Amino acid sequence: MMPIISRRTALLGLSGAIAVRGASLAVAAAPTDRRFVVVILRGAMDGLSAVVPYGDPGLMALRPALVPPQPGQDKGLLDLGGMFGLHPALSRSHARYQANELLIVHAVAGPYRARSHFEAQDYLESGADHRMTSGWLNRVVAALNVSSSGQAHAIAIGGPVPLLLRGGPGASKDVANWAPHGFAEPQPALYQAILSLNQNDKVTGPAIVAGLRDRGFGHKVLGESEKDKARFGFPALARAAGAMLRAPDGPRIAAMELGGWDTHTAQIDRMVGPLTQLDAGLDALRDGLGEAWKQTAVLAMTEFGRTARMNGTQGTDHGTATVAFLAGGAVAGGRVIANWPGLGRGQLLEDRDLAPTTDLRSVARGILGAHLGLAPTALTAVFPGSEGAQTLRNLVRTG
Amino acid sequence: MDQRAAHALSRFGLGPASGDPPPADAAAWLLDQLRRPDSTQSGAPASAAEGLTALRADQTDKPPPGESRARALYRAQGLAAVGRAVATRMPFRERLVWFWTNHFTVSLRRGQCAALAGAFVQEAIRPHVTGRFQDMLLAVLRHPAMLIYLDNAGSIGPNSLGGLRSQRGLNENLARECLELHTVSPGAGYTQADVTSFARILTGWSIERTAEPLGFVFRPRVHEPGEHTLMGRTFPEGEAGGIEAARFLANHPATHRFLATKLVRHFVADTPSPAAVRVIEGILRDTSGDLGAAAAGLVGLPEAWVPGTKFRTPLDLVVASFRVLDPPPDATPPFLAILSGLGQPLWTAPAPNGWPDIAADWSGPEAMMRRIDWAFAVSPRIGDRDPIGLAEVALGPLFRPKTHEAMVQAGSRREAMTLLLTSPEFQRR
Repeated sequence: MMPIISRRTALLGLSGAIAVRGASLAVAAAPTDRRFVVVILRGAMDGLSAVVPYGDPGLMALRPALVPPQPGQDKGLLDLGGMFGLHPALSRSHARYQANELLIVHAVAGPYRARSHFEAQDYLESGADHRMTSGWLNRVVAALNVSSSGQAHAIAIGGPVPLLLRGGPGASKDVANWAPHGFAEPQPALYQAILSLNQNDKVTGPAIVAGLRDRGFGHKVLGESEKDKARFGFPALARAAGAMLRAPDGPRIAAMELGGWDTHTAQIDRMVGPLTQLDAGLDALRDGLGEAWKQTAVLAMTEFGRTARMNGTQGTDHGTATVAFLAGGAVAGGRVIANWPGLGRGQLLEDRDLAPTTDLRSVARGILGAHLGLAPTALTAVFPGSEGAQTLRNLVRTG
Repeated sequence: MDQRAAHALSRFGLGPASGDPPPADAAAWLLDQLRRPDSTQSGAPASAAEGLTALRADQTDKPPPGESRARALYRAQGLAAVGRAVATRMPFRERLVWFWTNHFTVSLRRGQCAALAGAFVQEAIRPHVTGRFQDMLLAVLRHPAMLIYLDNAGSIGPNSLGGLRSQRGLNENLARECLELHTVSPGAGYTQADVTSFARILTGWSIERTAEPLGFVFRPRVHEPGEHTLMGRTFPEGEAGGIEAARFLANHPATHRFLATKLVRHFVADTPSPAAVRVIEGILRDTSGDLGAAAAGLVGLPEAWVPGTKFRTPLDLVVASFRVLDPPPDATPPFLAILSGLGQPLWTAPAPNGWPDIAADWSGPEAMMRRIDWAFAVSPRIGDRDPIGLAEVALGPLFRPKTHEAMVQAGSRREAMTLLLTSPEFQRR
């Protein structure tokens, strides 16, 4: 451990010449003990497959080949109280639901109504109904810093910093990122020379400073888990995120992403992989967090849902409303919140999609307000134009 | 080497190659590549028929995991493709091939594409990079790689003979992405009805996987009957309707604007200036989508000759590094593992919009750290050559005194080479 610590110390010292807020990533006291994690489910998760409204009489007519067996049958749905059932691949999540640590919001969608993945993901991450250069989670970090003394920080797990956490002009820069890597590393002196060459470069300079800082941080906290064979899988990343967030002086906000949801064909088979990853990932995150799980809320969200009807190739096409998950020891779970629009004749949006009845921003406003203590004005700065989205209440445990 | 030559070699080309004399007249050298046929040698040509044969064989005689014929084709063709970029004497033409390949992304995220991605580049993209956009679009829409990647191969007209019997139906994936990402783009204002209608037009555009000749086939039996309206135009039933619709989309003014924007972003700057976009858009309009004329137009843009505005993607970086390091031909570097490690696995973009083309998407902290670690890992290939000499080849007048000084002070050739590859000027093209 010693060489790693000393190397990190050296690097932090050397980056002191460059103004980067939050360079005290590993040592600063954070202004909150609450942890908040966002999981972007990229590619449009089919909410009607993840949380199946098996009690709706319209369901079977729309997609007979896409509905798992009824609860109680072999590989059947995991019942959530008569109306909804979790996909059988979400068994660990079902246990969390029964422990009142998983809250499901159904028939949810952001304000975007066209069906382009790429536009929708931009809006999902920027938190506005127009393209912005910064992400809403970055503005959350900024809001936390304003309300305290400037020590909150966030971390993007798994490679490039997603738009969700990216800062535009004037946004918080306190974002680190970390991913396992596979190439040999040079000695600290060479890193230092490389940094010196790039010091005045607006693109590479700050990135290298932050990268060196994150490496030191990542090695220190993670230790053994980097040797994990499945280290590139989502559960491994989630476990690493949990370990970083658990550290008393670690980051408090994290973002991760999981793809594989664009199931235009053979959906019944293709859903199993990403759902299993999500299920195991949430469990690994909990495991990594340890006791800090109690102070954690996780929001898992996707850019839009999929068509209620099966398409011609045993899949579904781009749709509108879907589900969002809130998980964590801080969440008042064990419930499905749904103003259910129905799947019958005349109830689908444009006769094709599950109709949205809850604004995704209402969910996000609700959890950010209650869990991280953001005031309504701060929430509107995080989600510009969201004043009309009614903030959901009672999403977190009291007492 | 003058500054224009050094710039042209990296911005329009793939980086200077050791052993190649720099061009005397940079612009003439670039334009000449657009006029001459592609001269680079590259082993046996990949073909869709070969890929489909491999897929069929994998299905009937299931191989152990990781040893499929499809993956073997990917490895061989992928190594050949990167090797070709490292070796080519026509790097501007080759850059155009990579640009259009990314525009029309097919990805191994759909596993079967492993057998077909190399063939897609050779058959649908490469022959058309200085030809007409409508011909490239049609070749793409007919290629088995694209028909598989975006699910059109199994899309069936609900009212066709085959649709009525099988109760299968439409898949709108290719239609939607073709409108959004390949041609007019969302700004053109098409609707969900247009997407569905275009999907109907494309029903029957499928793949013959068992009987010779293997490859694209139009299946009248599953084609949605009747005329179809797309963006206010009516197209006839049958294969001709799809061909006409593709031509209509290829020559739409919104397509010209979209393509011009992407070309200027790639060859000029991350934020394309409206004036430069207008020039290229005008050329595409006036020449009915002549991609060679558009490429020549880019060479003619004064803004395209400003150095330092484009950040190298991992692929750019790896190819440029090996063009300088000039690997011995008997030891092909593990290009595919390198590109995966740097975050840009070959022909494996996460989504149909392809790899991003702006610095912000490639310069995250961890991404930079991987570039540094890889540079350190590859630098021993310098052997006993002079690192300053290689830097002069790689950068010409763009080689900064500061980098020169650091390299002179480096403790080893390897460290000096690492500093060259990680210098801000080498990270740009």
